[in-house]
Amino acid sequence: MNYLADVRALARKDLLLELRARDTLPAMLLFVVATFVVFHFALPAGSSKLAASGLLWVAIVFTALLGLGRAFVPEREQRVFDGLVLAPCDRSAIWLAKSIATLAFLVAAEVVALPVFALFFHGLRASTVAGVALADLGICAVGTFVGATAVVTRARDLLMPLLFLPLAIPLIIGGVGASVVAAPGRYLGFLALYDALFALLCWASFEYVVTE
Amino acid sequence: MIEAHALGKRFGEKRVLRGVDLELPRGGFAVVTGPNGSGKTTLLRICAGLAIPSEGRLDVDATRAQIGYLGHEPLVYRELTSLENLELYGRLYRVPERRERIGMLLERFGLWDVRHERVATYSRGMTQRLALCRVLLHDPTLLVLDEPYTALDAAGAQLLDEQLRELRGERTFLVSTHDPAHVESLATVRLALAA
Repeated sequence: MNYLADVRALARKDLLLELRARDTLPAMLLFVVATFVVFHFALPAGSSKLAASGLLWVAIVFTALLGLGRAFVPEREQRVFDGLVLAPCDRSAIWLAKSIATLAFLVAAEVVALPVFALFFHGLRASTVAGVALADLGICAVGTFVGATAVVTRARDLLMPLLFLPLAIPLIIGGVGASVVAAPGRYLGFLALYDALFALLCWASFEYVVTE
Repeated sequence: MIEAHALGKRFGEKRVLRGVDLELPRGGFAVVTGPNGSGKTTLLRICAGLAIPSEGRLDVDATRAQIGYLGHEPLVYRELTSLENLELYGRLYRVPERRERIGMLLERFGLWDVRHERVATYSRGMTQRLALCRVLLHDPTLLVLDEPYTALDAAGAQLLDEQLRELRGERTFLVSTHDPAHVESLATVRLALAA
């Protein structure tokens, strides 16, 4: 119970910081909507649903990357990471809380982005929404872990996409698959498996990335 | 409380701490001095559990919950109020009677009237006072203080002097400073690091 209380306190702090600073969610929203507008005019008329589905996933991954890149900014700029690491709570609670907060921002951006996508392109299938929901979990779990690894390095802005994008490829494969095939169960199962496996790995190894 | 033998730390090829021996018994007060770059901060970070030594042996008889660490940075969120910052740390450290303890510390360090204001609006000295509140919040048995008098005005420094005198003997202190005058009379162990 203490673990969950720690996660709640830390996630609440992240949401409060965003509510005050308002620098992550508006940027994600603007980026994803602007991307759809650009794609809408860039894609030739009569482009296939397959191409549009691919664009949706490109937009989601890069929007998430924008949010993930800012996830540890308060800790980095104000050097608060030491304070959290020193606290006697399980250090994985820091990862879990940050993942939850980032997930909240990503979902909030998608609540606006998905209807915009449906409006500009070819509508949305239920399996696409399910795929996005499952991919969000994996993106935030892995992205937060990578963000914590990158935050202590000088080349963090370069390192974050370099580490994250290769790890996100299975999510894109699963997400696009769930969006375009007639029977998406296999792809949704693959996304769920990725989420479970990588969340477990990140949870278990977070302790080692936050110690000098 | 702290026993270090031939302690060293490297960052890649760069050696920042070499061959440090320290024996600090429970209730002792160690003052670490040395010029810039001598490894004072690294030593304190290692003793606080924030860094792992590259060589030597270190025994610190305190859990994370029993250590209070004051670094060069205040380790508080600038967009939160002092009350919100201390509430967060109070929860993470499971401080009993948290509200009362936070209120008492804010009162003592002269921050009660600004407790609902964001730390971003504080002066450097007020932020340092808040950092001291954070360090003392969970009543640690080992206090690791890196340049604690930084940015404090005369009143703030006097407050800290009183606090250190009050806790001396009951708690164990490891303090680094460029200006040992404040803590010289309290020291039971002195460690001078060379550049």
